[in-house]
Amino acid sequence: MIMTTGELSEKARWVWTETLRIHRLAPETRVASSLSAVEIFTVLYYGGLLAHNGADPRWEGRDRLIVSKGHGSICLFPILADRGYFDTTELDRVCQEGSFLGGIPDTIIPGYETINGSLGHGIGVACGMALGLKRKRSSNHIFVVAGDGEFCEGSMWEGIMFAAHHRLDNLTVIIDNNKLCMLDRCENIMAVEPFNRRFEAFGWQARRVDGHDIPTLFHELTTLKQRGATGCPSVLIADTVKGKGVPELEQDILCHIRTLTPAEIDRATGGIQ
Amino acid sequence: MSTSIVMTMRDSFIGTLCDRMSTDDTIFFMAADLGAPALDRMRNEFPSRFINVGIAEQNLINVATGLALEGFAVYTYAIAPFITMRAYEQVRVNLAVSSQIRPVNVTMIGLGGGVSYVVSGPTHHSLEDLAIMRLLPNMSVFCPSDWVVAAQLVDHTRTATGPKYIRFDGKALPALYTDPAAVDIAKGFAQLAPGTGICLVSTGFMSHRALKVAKERPGLAVIDIFSLKPCDEAALAVALAPYRHVITMEEGFINNGGLDSLVTKVVREYELGCRQYPIGFNDRYVFELGSRDHLHAINNMDEAAVIALTDRLSAA
Repeated sequence: MIMTTGELSEKARWVWTETLRIHRLAPETRVASSLSAVEIFTVLYYGGLLAHNGADPRWEGRDRLIVSKGHGSICLFPILADRGYFDTTELDRVCQEGSFLGGIPDTIIPGYETINGSLGHGIGVACGMALGLKRKRSSNHIFVVAGDGEFCEGSMWEGIMFAAHHRLDNLTVIIDNNKLCMLDRCENIMAVEPFNRRFEAFGWQARRVDGHDIPTLFHELTTLKQRGATGCPSVLIADTVKGKGVPELEQDILCHIRTLTPAEIDRATGGIQ
Repeated sequence: MSTSIVMTMRDSFIGTLCDRMSTDDTIFFMAADLGAPALDRMRNEFPSRFINVGIAEQNLINVATGLALEGFAVYTYAIAPFITMRAYEQVRVNLAVSSQIRPVNVTMIGLGGGVSYVVSGPTHHSLEDLAIMRLLPNMSVFCPSDWVVAAQLVDHTRTATGPKYIRFDGKALPALYTDPAAVDIAKGFAQLAPGTGICLVSTGFMSHRALKVAKERPGLAVIDIFSLKPCDEAALAVALAPYRHVITMEEGFINNGGLDSLVTKVVREYELGCRQYPIGFNDRYVFELGSRDHLHAINNMDEAAVIALTDRLSAA
């Protein structure tokens, strides 16, 4: 099922609403960093960009998605349920006893490849998978969704060097560039920008988009995935807004750890539940 | 191959692994810019499956994890303190935690166990590795005492899913085992000398020392433990039951999770009546220079120190 950009926008709105609904039920979840990535995950899973099979999460013919910014991916829960990875009733039990949907998603959740939550691992592990797929002569692609603050971790840059050296053109990193770490703007803590020039200096092809603009996201990701044998990995810097669509979050520099009240959620969603 | 040969564990292991690579194309060998004579053969024969990640142990473990998740059997090779401690969190998250959910066949090889890099000082000595790797759930931990056992670990590590750590001594050592087929990996240990009253329980390089002590003082039993996790603890309890005194000997920090902790657990759980005496490095790094024997002597773990202890216990 491949959607039109209009349908993708509607789906993204549904994912955004569902993410807030889950946050209301499970206030421990990191909502602000999950809202910045809504369009990224929506385009991957509904735009035909990520070969996947909800009925067989480890299907060998799947494209691999590594969610390096694990805690900022609560928005992926409704998507995975909707795509058949698990029953939608599970979404009502996030962080509850007996549920497998925790505050920081791990590979016990069907659809997640790796252990997440500790930042800085995604690109290196993705490099191993990308190398493995090439050796298996697989044409499948590896996507990594990483947070911008993660690039303070030196292990990210070890992986970035490896990917270029080994010409892993089946690897695309998407940076959810929401500009905020936990305590401040990244530029005030440790400058991770300019991503374009840094990645290009390391031998990657870099593109930058508005990470909430679905047609552009779709176009750029499609182009990067279908580049063919270029011999270099690619990165898409998706400029996003942390807490997108919720004024209380967008205007709060400390929104990473902010829990929304039910009233705030109602105001944001217009009462939709 | 004659067991009278003096040989490094790494060359024995890597040589056998090369033989397997010619028939098993799922094997990858990754190094953090560390060599070995036997590796030169691998680099020539299997250049596409030998990957040097450079001096980057964290990435070594991460990339190995990705390959293993794609179904490959991956060996990672670096200096012992760096592969275990520089990359400890990568090992914990991507190998130990991850393998509880998905198969992750990664075997970490740490070269230069104990103080076998004698004059290189505390950064290159590896006195914590056995304890901190044993601590991790789902991790197997091997510390062979010779190249015969090392070679036997190849087929086990290749086929057993889950992460493993092997500590290799940095020096060429003679064989202690004469019959490779008698190395029982599942059991994890072997009695190398019979005895009464006192048993020396040792691992790695210290098993060579234990046998020398037993030669000086006939009647001392020697048990070599080459698998510190898992180890057949019931069998070990039976093996230790006859002795009044058990002396553990390891080239690592004592009282903190290494070989002595394994023996303590067995003594406690099987309610054995023996007393224990841990020999090893005691909560202090080694800056002193000199021979390996000298470093052992100033830490009360050389041959003379062990003999003095056994004489005292025998006289009591």
